[in-house]
Amino acid sequence: MSVSKEQLIDFIYDEVRMLDEGRYDDWLALWLKDGHYWMPLDYKQTDPHNVTSLMYEDLFMLKLRVERLNGARTFSQKPKSRCHHVIQRPFVDVMDDAAGTYVTTTFMHYVETRLDEQFLLALTARHELALVDGSLRIANKRVDILNCDAAFRNIQLLP
Amino acid sequence: MGRYEGNPAAVRALFRGHEVHRDVYIDPEIYRLEMKHLFANAWVFVGHESQTPNKGDYFATQVGDQPVIQVRHSDGEVHVLYNRCPHKGTKIVIDRAGNTGKFFRCPYHAWSFKTDGCLLAIPLKKGYENTGFENSGKGMRAVGEVKNYRGFIFCRLADEGISFEEFFGGSLSSIDNMVERSPAGRLEVAGPPLRYLHHCNWKMLVENQTDTCHPMVAHESSAGTAVKLWKELDMPEGTPLPPAMEIIAPFTSPYEFFENMGIRTWPNGHGHTGVHHSIHSDYSEIPGYMAKMTEAYGEEKAKAILGENRHNTVYFPNIMIKGPIQQLRVFIPLAADKTMVESYAYRLVDGPEELTARTAMYNRMINAPTSIVGHDDLEMYERAQEGLQANSLEWVNVQRLYEEDEDFSEEAVENGTTERQMRNQFDAWVKFMTADRAMQEAAE
Repeated sequence: MSVSKEQLIDFIYDEVRMLDEGRYDDWLALWLKDGHYWMPLDYKQTDPHNVTSLMYEDLFMLKLRVERLNGARTFSQKPKSRCHHVIQRPFVDVMDDAAGTYVTTTFMHYVETRLDEQFLLALTARHELALVDGSLRIANKRVDILNCDAAFRNIQLLP
Repeated sequence: MGRYEGNPAAVRALFRGHEVHRDVYIDPEIYRLEMKHLFANAWVFVGHESQTPNKGDYFATQVGDQPVIQVRHSDGEVHVLYNRCPHKGTKIVIDRAGNTGKFFRCPYHAWSFKTDGCLLAIPLKKGYENTGFENSGKGMRAVGEVKNYRGFIFCRLADEGISFEEFFGGSLSSIDNMVERSPAGRLEVAGPPLRYLHHCNWKMLVENQTDTCHPMVAHESSAGTAVKLWKELDMPEGTPLPPAMEIIAPFTSPYEFFENMGIRTWPNGHGHTGVHHSIHSDYSEIPGYMAKMTEAYGEEKAKAILGENRHNTVYFPNIMIKGPIQQLRVFIPLAADKTMVESYAYRLVDGPEELTARTAMYNRMINAPTSIVGHDDLEMYERAQEGLQANSLEWVNVQRLYEEDEDFSEEAVENGTTERQMRNQFDAWVKFMTADRAMQEAAE
């Protein structure tokens, strides 16, 4: 089995569309079960474990995050936030059909809003993808925020 | 001149024992007076010595609204200087940390200073001849007094005032316990802090540290959902909780758990939750750690150190530490309605890295701008900041388990849901807001 460069690029576009449309069940289904979503705190951080990150979450934590968004007593989501990704065409950095593993790098702008506040983040997303049973899945995702060392207010959805 | 400047009686009247006036949270004049009096007269946290381990290392931060530099001088001592060139006022350093070598050099006109602040050189010095300019007193100004307590750097901005030992008294036992959890008796900062901006008064965050009646309510959406999801996984009986669940599940503990955990207060506004047990009590043991601690301290002392499970210790005015997980949070006031929260993780020197990983996990899960727990806390503070504008009611209630004529000059242990620690903070708040006037009166 192999995938085309275009399929990899479409995958990234489809993923951010799921996030923007709040289709979280579809989004969670993209993940391999031992995957991690990592958002470093430090510029060019190399260690997710022994220094603080903004996020380093396994699938259980991601499910919890998504489940909470829809909870009846999720006070910080009354009213709900909305988000919007504008992405550049992803770079395909690694295409290893033999191993079924692929790596992409995507530059994006992320906008999140709730009530009268709106903020913009410039992001670099690095996806490690894997071809499993004929479909592409997320093995790991790393999201670097350009101003990761700045003070933030609530970032409630998934950049 | 406003209502409160030069009027200590009006400041004192803002705290009535069981309630406080909303002006302590929303009035810009009160905020300005806090910076001028409270943050100048109290001992305030600056940083940790491991942030400036080598000579010439500096770390720039704020004490209240004052820009300061923590710097390691050539004699190995840590100094705290105002981050201002005595010449034109330019900040000497603008990055958050670095190494300046043997001296600071102002980037504007190249005045240079030793790392204890003394003036070193001025270019074209002869221009100051016969102008009345004296070298002495032209260096970078140091704060009133600095204390390095087991690696934690505190300062008092005012030249005169309460001593470090009298200010903190018995509350230092919480720092002792945090430090002694390292087999080497030393901590090191583990990476940069999380920085989280809140549009609310700094005191709301400090009060929340010993507010034991909010976790099961405000955090139901995160901790409650976590417990529900874990149940749905239907793991075999006895499956150990993953570290993330160990951290988040206790937030949903019932009121009884928090009532029984106890609260201790010390004079000058310090206090802690978790006298008997806490949400950190049931974390799993890390293999090999107890053996290392026993080797370092002997079995009895090692057991006593690790048996202490204090939850949050508030060091008045504006930090909180968690001894059992080596976390420290600073609530830096930026305006009456604006607060920067910096949350640090520390590493136990010679301790297991698994504990550093757990601290880092706690920090990001609970206190990050991306935290599903932090989101609901911020929501509550900011709703309160907005709600306090309502003119129908000007007082905020801090009455839970209140007793008339409470004496905050004595250490006390109470039911874990008391708001005594909040009242203790306001008792100290009044004391340090009016300390300058009290000293003046004593001198007259």
